[in-house]
Amino acid sequence: MLELAIKGSKQYYGWLAALLAVIGIGFLVYLKQLDFGLGITGMSRDVSWGFYIANFTFLVGVAAGGVMVVLPYYLHDYKAFGRITILGEFLAIAALVMCILFVLVDLGQPMRVFNVLLYPSPNSVLFYDIIVLQGYLFINLIVGWNVLEAERNGTHYQAWLKPLIYLSIPWAVSIHTVTAFLFAGLPGRGFWLTAILAPRFLSSAFAAGPALLILLCLFIRRVSNFDPGREQIQSLAKIVAYAVCINVFFFLCEIFTAFYSGIPEHMDHITYLFAGLHGKGSLVPFMWTAYGLMLTAIILLVNPITRKNEGVLAVACVAVFIGTWIDKGLGMISGGFVPNPMHHVVEYAPSIPEILITLGVYGIGALILTVFFKISIGVKEEVGA
Amino acid sequence: MEDSRRRFLKLAGVSALGLTTRPVLNAFASGGGDENAHGVEVKKGQDALKAKQWAMVIDTREFESAEDLEPIIEACDKIHNIPKFENKNHEIKWIWEEHFHNAFPNQTQRFLDERIEHLPFLVMCNHCENPPCCRACPTQATFKRKSDGIVLMDFHRCIGCRFCMAACPYGSRSFNFRDPRPFIEEVSKSFPTRMKGVVEKCNFCAERLAVGEMPACVEASNGAIAFGDLHDPESEIRELLRTHYTIRRKQNLGTEPSVYYIV
Repeated sequence: MLELAIKGSKQYYGWLAALLAVIGIGFLVYLKQLDFGLGITGMSRDVSWGFYIANFTFLVGVAAGGVMVVLPYYLHDYKAFGRITILGEFLAIAALVMCILFVLVDLGQPMRVFNVLLYPSPNSVLFYDIIVLQGYLFINLIVGWNVLEAERNGTHYQAWLKPLIYLSIPWAVSIHTVTAFLFAGLPGRGFWLTAILAPRFLSSAFAAGPALLILLCLFIRRVSNFDPGREQIQSLAKIVAYAVCINVFFFLCEIFTAFYSGIPEHMDHITYLFAGLHGKGSLVPFMWTAYGLMLTAIILLVNPITRKNEGVLAVACVAVFIGTWIDKGLGMISGGFVPNPMHHVVEYAPSIPEILITLGVYGIGALILTVFFKISIGVKEEVGA
Repeated sequence: MEDSRRRFLKLAGVSALGLTTRPVLNAFASGGGDENAHGVEVKKGQDALKAKQWAMVIDTREFESAEDLEPIIEACDKIHNIPKFENKNHEIKWIWEEHFHNAFPNQTQRFLDERIEHLPFLVMCNHCENPPCCRACPTQATFKRKSDGIVLMDFHRCIGCRFCMAACPYGSRSFNFRDPRPFIEEVSKSFPTRMKGVVEKCNFCAERLAVGEMPACVEASNGAIAFGDLHDPESEIRELLRTHYTIRRKQNLGTEPSVYYIV
């Protein structure tokens, strides 16, 4: 099926070239980082994880969000999603590759990464995170590829895939749960030390992933002969609506617990993010924007009149995606490190090289997504779906 | 062609799985213990000082100002080749000073007595009996040595993921954001310099204990810092703990720090 990826229009090749350029720049800057060390980033002794780990966390969510099309189709036999499950699976693959790359570029000694396998440490959550992320990547590759090939050949997919498909559903939940446990089990980091962190991660994942998928579906309909379908897009929109509502609800639960109990260790981080602490508050405008966007999206998505208008729906999906990205990508990681364990407020902002490397990784993800989606759409057009 | 490519991929996949499962299974079989992380027994030297759990008692009554702490910090920095960076983001700290309300954020009184309010406190790795950093490390590059309870770092195994830095509730760990060597004023041959991309922290001077010397900070403190075996009821530190009220940093977290403060 790979041949479908190399038969494309001029725009398609132009897009690939642009992505390669972004990847190339990111790669060159990464070589600089390899040479100099992580000192070229904005990270410090106090905020020791930054943009890379934040984007990693966010993208694990996007990957897990793909399950929101797989689950209704295979478990509830919701036939309409059969048209787009492959898109969910391939989106998960692109997101997972980016996740793994973000962890790699964040390492101080990337050439030693196999030490994780040479000296496996079952007491470390990172150990499990690597297992579940790799596992989810392989499951999606195997399932996605084989199901698509079967569709192309006009046959039913192999019977042995079925258990793997069922396995992929709890596995999707596991990848984001384990990723939340990376943070939630650390003593002395009050912001993350909450049992609701994994549910929060999942709710924002099930909002961001399907929101991106809706945008991609709308785009595919425009540029190809394959229509993912109005019903499909509307069903996804309802999923996003529920998920973003739950996400904001979980956040309000956090606010209540922290501020009604009045425990400084739990309040300080939230205060820093939304009002600033000790005169420092570079993230304040971002956090308010994030929640403003999510609330706007709730209004647009819950109301059936606005939701059914695909133009408005697209705006709402962009709002969900950017809102959850700021919330998780900017606030969630920095927020946990500020104030630091000694209650000093040391702020963090990504440096330009750090942003370029991040864009490079996103470029690789976009390239993988483009190629896989190109293949899927090619197959769909062939079989006249 | 198609067939042979598939067969190759299948074979490669199965072999990769085989290569990685064995160490994983071994790790589970051994209970994931952190003892002898390197699988070799290191014989103790004849002069080596021994203890079941090394611990420290800092008598803060002996200090008046930052100047009193300076030689102590200096002694450690020199021996351990700690670089001096202009950029605060890159800072490496093994032992340093903090205000009381920063060192003990949840034990601060609203109206502190004046001496404590202005007194700088020495802080460092607490060599916890229940260290969250070792739990977090995905390669056992940081581990609690069973023989004497020191939390150590293997600079050659560390992959620089900085999970331990997020896990430490005391901010005791530093990361080499760049090559530290050009920033070391005078290289000491008694302790290795580090490379970029690895985490480091206070090691209770394990290298000095091994040759029968007390930690550098203890030696430079003129008796203000006592060091000994927490599990030995006859030790000097146990005597101090018996006769003085002491506090530890963030005791409520259950990490059981091994550094005690007399205030």
